[in-house]
Amino acid sequence: MAGLHKSEFENPVIRWVDSRLPIFTMMQKEYGVFPTPRNFNYLWNFGALAMVNLVIMIATGIFLAMNYTPHATMAFDSVERIMRDVNFGWLLRYVHANGGSMFFIVVYIHLARGLYYGSYKMPRELLWILGVVILLLMMATAFMGYVLPWGQMSYWGATVITNLFSAFPLVGDYIVTWLWGGFSVDNATLNRFFSLHYLLPFVLVGVVFLHIAALHITGSNNPLGIEVKGPQDTLPFHPYYTIKDSVGICVYLIVFALLVFFAPNYLGHADNYIPANPLVTPAHIVPEWYFLPFYAILRSVPDKLGGVLLMFGSIGVLALVPWLDTSPVRSARYRPVYRILFWVLVLACAVLLVCGGKPPEGIWVVLSRVATAYYFLHFLVILPVLGKFERPLPLPESISRAVLADGGGGGPLPGGAAAKPMEKA
Amino acid sequence: MGFLRIAAAAALLALATPVAATAAEGELTFPPQNWSFSGPFGTFDRAAAQRGFQVYSEVCAACHSVKHAYYRDLGGIGLTHKEIEAIAAAVMVPSIDDDGQPAERPARPSDHFRAPYPNETAARATFNGAYPPDLSVIIKARAGGADQLYNLLAGYAEPPADMKLGDGMYYNKYFAGHQIAMPAPLSDGRVTYADGTRASVEQMARDVTTFLAYIAEPEMEVRKRLGVKVVLFLIFMTGVTYAAKRKVWADVH
Ligand code: HEC
Ligand code: HEM
Repeated sequence: MAGLHKSEFENPVIRWVDSRLPIFTMMQKEYGVFPTPRNFNYLWNFGALAMVNLVIMIATGIFLAMNYTPHATMAFDSVERIMRDVNFGWLLRYVHANGGSMFFIVVYIHLARGLYYGSYKMPRELLWILGVVILLLMMATAFMGYVLPWGQMSYWGATVITNLFSAFPLVGDYIVTWLWGGFSVDNATLNRFFSLHYLLPFVLVGVVFLHIAALHITGSNNPLGIEVKGPQDTLPFHPYYTIKDSVGICVYLIVFALLVFFAPNYLGHADNYIPANPLVTPAHIVPEWYFLPFYAILRSVPDKLGGVLLMFGSIGVLALVPWLDTSPVRSARYRPVYRILFWVLVLACAVLLVCGGKPPEGIWVVLSRVATAYYFLHFLVILPVLGKFERPLPLPESISRAVLADGGGGGPLPGGAAAKPMEKA
Repeated sequence: MGFLRIAAAAALLALATPVAATAAEGELTFPPQNWSFSGPFGTFDRAAAQRGFQVYSEVCAACHSVKHAYYRDLGGIGLTHKEIEAIAAAVMVPSIDDDGQPAERPARPSDHFRAPYPNETAARATFNGAYPPDLSVIIKARAGGADQLYNLLAGYAEPPADMKLGDGMYYNKYFAGHQIAMPAPLSDGRVTYADGTRASVEQMARDVTTFLAYIAEPEMEVRKRLGVKVVLFLIFMTGVTYAAKRKVWADVH
């Protein structure tokens, strides 16, 4: 029949739909038989985990929004009412608040995985850049979400961070007034933050879609960092990786549940249970833990504008990594020097995380400066130069060779990409 | 797998950081106490919480509100509906009469606890500008939690000889700067417990802390019980899923 898609599904209803709108064929192609490198380790779970986390955030967020009041005089009380009067409101809120932390844990590991195995290299540069855009959107979303309960840290965090824009010469103060919708963080600020906090996650969904669309063009990287050479190197996504991701999701949910049920306020700050008060400045204004490394970079520079630029630069530099890293080898497994320096970078980030939570004085300033210096040195100097001098270890011939060599097991190879379609659609 | 091992260590480090951060914040440390409600299986000691409610009503309620709590919440520390109705009925809360004029009526279990001051300004006017904070979430609003409140209440003492206290200020070992605008609220025998427990300062401080811990997290027992079930279920699911994964992958390795 002209114009209809030739569907391979047998079920008449699915076939009817699929012939007119081949979403089942698409799902089958992208998630059923999709040829996936056969040698993923559990670090390749973190993309799926981030997906799950995003869904959890949106689901709990929508229900919170049904009970939340975005008004400077009522926001704090409405969150307390969610905790006390809404059926399982405490669960909604604790899942959402800790979900923010889990999201950053998952995404930071996902990102570190990409750095370690060189997943940003040709041809996955755009995929990587979309990832950096996702990170920025997440940060904006989480920052504005943290303002909503309108506690002391909400209020003062918002004040400090929005004030950063005043560092820009000439236009700075206008930008800040414009962001606030007034002359201080106030009701107008809370309202716009609520509106944007509701909007951005859906923008995030769009960018995540593009991220995955790009992934499905280039295919996944893998721990060896060498390209798939043929069907013997891959497995169909389903059932092999659907089940492996499920294991990861279960473990992730255990960690999540331990936080939500047994330590729901552990990652939060006590001051945010004090209602916002413009007249009382907390002794130490600190952002949520996942912003601490950036906060440390900001404060490591004596000049305000310099600090702001460096802080944004620390994320901007990530977007340039595909071009800064000049090594032809992807995976750190075959880059003996990079492999060590990667962990130095992780250490620098950990140091920044700790310093961000300390008062900006004495040893903490020194440590932040050293770590900040290494962070930029790593990306701007070491990556470009190292690629030219490092002698990589010999790469395996193909994924299947490498797997069979250390897996030991022979056995017939399942038909790779050509494997059976899903039993049930 | 080197990456996984080191990444796990890094994750643990990340989780440990907030503790380190809070420890550095206040110069004060609060000697830890044993609380019935701490730990993953902790529950509120009903008798202590009920005594604590008595301390709150007879002492703290003169200055502090717990405006997010309802009288019906007292059911959670073991009071019967009849008892709660009687407690509420003894309190007059603001209302509006049939002519639309401000009036008062006896409270019902569904009412919020009545606040001692109509607003913050009125409270500050009474205390030289200091504000007795609402105690609904005070346990969560201090980094030291229950230990901090207990030690504060039991921490009044004579000031050191070389210290000059401000006007209307009192010395306290566990308050930042050691000067607080709250006069020592507890003294031995300040309340008379119906169950015969001796009302020492420490006893009352423990009891009222238990009560306020309940008021801050009335959902805590339900939360922990549900948490145990959820985590056990997830561990079971992890086992099942992992077994299934092994089976699916058996033909690959
Ligand atoms: C006579 C009035 C009065 C009574 C009674 C009273 N308080 Fe206070 N309380 C205050 C004032 C005033 C402050 C503010 C102190 C300051 O900011 O210096 C305060 C502060 C506090 C704080 C906050 C301390 C901090 O860390 O900022 C807590 C907690 C507290 N009171 C608990 C209690 C408890 C529990 C009781 C009952 C056992 C009680 N108070 C009885 C007046 C009172
Ligand atoms: C990317 C996804 C999201 C992230 C990272 C995120 C993050 C956050 C954070 C960190 C908070 C503060 C939690 C607290 O301390 O109480 C918050 C609060 C809130 N969020 Fe989100 N959020 C996301 C998605 C959403 C969505 C989609 C909605 C609505 C549809 C939503 C609605 C709310 C509401 C109403 C609050 C205030 C209630 C509260 O503070 O608990 N969120 N969010």
